[in-house]
Amino acid sequence: MLDTIKLAILGVVAVGAAIVANYAHDLAFQVHALIFMLVAAGLFIRTLRHFGEARPEPAGYEDGLIRWGVILSTFWGVVGFLVGVFIAFQLAYPALNFEWAQPYLNFGRLRPLHTSAVIFAFGGTALITTSFYVVQRTSAARLWNVPLAKFVFWGYQLFIVLAATGYLLGATQSKEYAEPEWYVDLWLTIVWVAYLAVFIGTLVKRKEPHIYVANWFYLAFIVTIAMLHLGNNVAIPVSLLGSKSVIAWAGVQDALIQWWYGHNAVGFFLTAGFLGMMYYFVPKQAERPVYSYKLSIVHFWALIFLYIWAGPHHLHYTALPDWAQTLGMVFSVILWMPSWGGMINGLMTLSGAWDKLRTDPIIRMMVTAVAFYGMSTFEGPMMSIKAVNSLSHYTDWTIGHVHSGALGWVAMISFGALYFLTPRLWKRERLYSTRLVAWHFWLAMIGIVLYAASMWVTGIMEGLMWREVDQNGFLVNAFIDTVIAKHPMYVVRALGGTMFLVGALIMAWNLWKTVTSVEEKKSATPAEVPAE
Amino acid sequence: MRKKDDKQKGPVETTGHSWDGIEEFNNPLPRWWLWTFYGTIIWGIIYTILYPAWPISTEGATPGVLGYSSRAELQAEMEKFDTRLKPLKEKIVAVDLAAIKDDPQLADFARRGGKALFATWCAQCHGSGGQGAKGYPNLLDDEWLWGGTLDAIHTTIRHGVNDEHDEDTRTSEMPAWKDQLEPTEIENVVQYVLKISGQEHDAARAEAGATVFADNCAACHGEDGKGDQETGAPDLTNAIWLYGGDEATIRETVENGRKGVMPSWSKRGLDEAEIRQVAFYVHSLGGGQ
Repeated sequence: MLDTIKLAILGVVAVGAAIVANYAHDLAFQVHALIFMLVAAGLFIRTLRHFGEARPEPAGYEDGLIRWGVILSTFWGVVGFLVGVFIAFQLAYPALNFEWAQPYLNFGRLRPLHTSAVIFAFGGTALITTSFYVVQRTSAARLWNVPLAKFVFWGYQLFIVLAATGYLLGATQSKEYAEPEWYVDLWLTIVWVAYLAVFIGTLVKRKEPHIYVANWFYLAFIVTIAMLHLGNNVAIPVSLLGSKSVIAWAGVQDALIQWWYGHNAVGFFLTAGFLGMMYYFVPKQAERPVYSYKLSIVHFWALIFLYIWAGPHHLHYTALPDWAQTLGMVFSVILWMPSWGGMINGLMTLSGAWDKLRTDPIIRMMVTAVAFYGMSTFEGPMMSIKAVNSLSHYTDWTIGHVHSGALGWVAMISFGALYFLTPRLWKRERLYSTRLVAWHFWLAMIGIVLYAASMWVTGIMEGLMWREVDQNGFLVNAFIDTVIAKHPMYVVRALGGTMFLVGALIMAWNLWKTVTSVEEKKSATPAEVPAE
Repeated sequence: MRKKDDKQKGPVETTGHSWDGIEEFNNPLPRWWLWTFYGTIIWGIIYTILYPAWPISTEGATPGVLGYSSRAELQAEMEKFDTRLKPLKEKIVAVDLAAIKDDPQLADFARRGGKALFATWCAQCHGSGGQGAKGYPNLLDDEWLWGGTLDAIHTTIRHGVNDEHDEDTRTSEMPAWKDQLEPTEIENVVQYVLKISGQEHDAARAEAGATVFADNCAACHGEDGKGDQETGAPDLTNAIWLYGGDEATIRETVENGRKGVMPSWSKRGLDEAEIRQVAFYVHSLGGGQ
């Protein structure tokens, strides 16, 4: 019966998408309709081939999906970094905006491809993957509704493909980190609601008396992203057969909602979500208890209460009313300590096991991640202060700040989790090579330092050059003067990015070899099955 | 996970739960952390008293006891410079253009201000150093389409070239000849232009092209091809080219024509004092006559 309903739905979607593709107003919409058609048709055939087969629910944790998650997180990471390196070179050498590749591979289209590939494809896949892993282990329960979990995971991958191809084909609503158009947003909404259901469903059937702190953070991430996504994407399609839509908000209200969204994408996607990851993988890898339960409670609630107000600091010295700018700045500064609570809990968890920093490059990676987290959550509040912001805003300093967070914190903690997960999920004795992890660590580390330092230099330099006036108030520099002055640092930045990419490629190779050529672990540990 | 031996454990007890082997110590909140947190909250409250903050009425937010407003701050800064520059701005408009250079203070004001205005409004096309680009004249050399005297430069900046928003604009257009002339005639005249600009050319064709030039081109470019600043027609006999002097580009120019536009800056928002500053600056770049 279920299979019949599935077939009917998939059939209707496939045929409907084909019709839509035929009448589509623009190329992006047409390609996306065809992607929907192919996916639905493929699933239709698959359902038909397995029609009516009994599918017994296997015991134990659902790990097949998580293995896919590890593979795809690694893949999207490499893709995201590669595009990042390319656009970094495009900025240093504009001739790389090849004439023959216009308009598809120009900087303007590749830039959102890079940010979305890193944040949503790499980061998002890593978050969904680890959240499914962590919520099962810490709840001692199999995922609630595995078919729905599969829909979440693969549906999210479809979202990534739609977003990425959309950017290249020119479909964007021009809102930073919320570029996908209305129908992709609708699709993500469906996927996200299912994600929330699976996560809460698993928590509800948990066998542990309490919900572990990592799951609070994951849940805050899922709930808040749903709210932000809906708020920032209220749009009216120009046509149901085209990709273009118009946002309901206008003027400074639109800007405020955009940065309420944008800053909390940082706060709840890149901070809360990855703190969830940190709270599981750091104590596991260190084999030490978490430093302070009390601190985890206080900083969790303080963090999620304060973060949501901080967005207006992206709009200092704009048409936004002064009182709203004050709001953004004050909450950002008060946010400093709640952010650091996570850093303290991560770092102090290692107290008594500091020697592991010498012997275990995975711990070193995680500790570095937490340290970068601490550094960027100090830098952030500082940059939100209006006096600092008047210099830093619109400069490369912001880009450097984002990357010490994204490369140093988000990517490093994810790498640590991937190194942790791979031998366990494929039941291997160990990683293929710890030496290669050390190589990855140092390449990534030096890459980040080159990146952040070069952006501090160019950011502060161009900020000073822009505001430089002579005694009569006349501007001293033309805009192009700042661009020329930044060139050497742009090359350094691109080289830093290249090192980071090479490190990630080494990781991909190491993980691949772990799965393919490390001997299998002899006995399954008791932790592999849910407690009864 | 194996139980920790007591030696490794701190003096603090765990909360007693274990999730997949993870336990949690019951350490108190670090003192310095807590007090810094309180400190930022207190600072936040004080800041909101001093600055515009609480949107408590429909009239607007509390203004803050310091009476700060970002608009007022900007305005004050603008006014500071406006007041300082007002006498100079009045003076530069009042005096004769040619007299600016005789007053050192006024000349300095004109050059610095002109440089900043040039960097803001002109550099996009003419280059930050005034070196020009394809289709945008170089302002450093002594070749001038409309004249390189201070007065001529001033008029060009003030009214622009081919700017439909200004009825006093300079007008100039090189027609497209591909429908007016035979292909061989175009080929011949291209060779002739190559010849008068001292480049390699086909002598026989250039010979034939001389007539074509005299009949069609000399009206603007002059019989000798040295151009005419009355009509903005470029000199074709030197090595300076607006669009390029190679054979293919000359052919393209003859076939399709050219009609460059420079905005009228009196219509684009620069006041007379600013236009005079830019004119003085451009004139001083080296090519001024």
